[in-house]
Amino acid sequence: MKKIRIVVPLMALALSACVTINIYFPAAAAEKAADKIIDEVWQTQKADKPAENQPAAKEAK
Amino acid sequence: MNALIKFFVAMVALTAALNVFAAADLEVNTPGVNAIKQSMQARHTQLAAHYASGAVGLTADGLIALRDAGAVPLAQRQAVNALVAAENQDRNALYAEIANANGHPEWQAEIRSTFAQRWIQRAQPGWWVQGDGTWKQK
Repeated sequence: MKKIRIVVPLMALALSACVTINIYFPAAAAEKAADKIIDEVWQTQKADKPAENQPAAKEAK
Repeated sequence: MNALIKFFVAMVALTAALNVFAAADLEVNTPGVNAIKQSMQARHTQLAAHYASGAVGLTADGLIALRDAGAVPLAQRQAVNALVAAENQDRNALYAEIANANGHPEWQAEIRSTFAQRWIQRAQPGWWVQGDGTWKQK
């Protein structure tokens, strides 16, 4: 009976620790995700220079 | 007493394992996120010239703003305003969508500030970015 008195609060503590961990914001993962999206939106994945579409670029005759 | 120690060790191991799973990744590959991304990608071909001219700059809160209306010919000004408004709507939706897709709507502010830093850090030379309330050219 005495053991239960120790184990139950311990379990509650452990469970609350799990909840706290799940609320933690994954900053490093967010940064990686942001970079991935920025690459795709700005099209900067592999190019050193911006791959801008210039409609008036081709004037070759 | 031995059982108690075993239980405690098991709990520590379990929380450590959960910690790894919880912090491992942020889901950004959802239909909602992809749709917003494509819309922003298409708009960027129009916005790029305005970033370069300094008419539009990147703000500290993860959005964009018309910084120097004088850099845009009068006839185009309304179109640029519309572009900025549409882009900001997409960006706000993107931050909310990522937070919701990961089951944590309350992360939206942190996602926004992460994006704000990354947009600014990765802006191309010549573009204008906001820092400490003032505009700076990269």
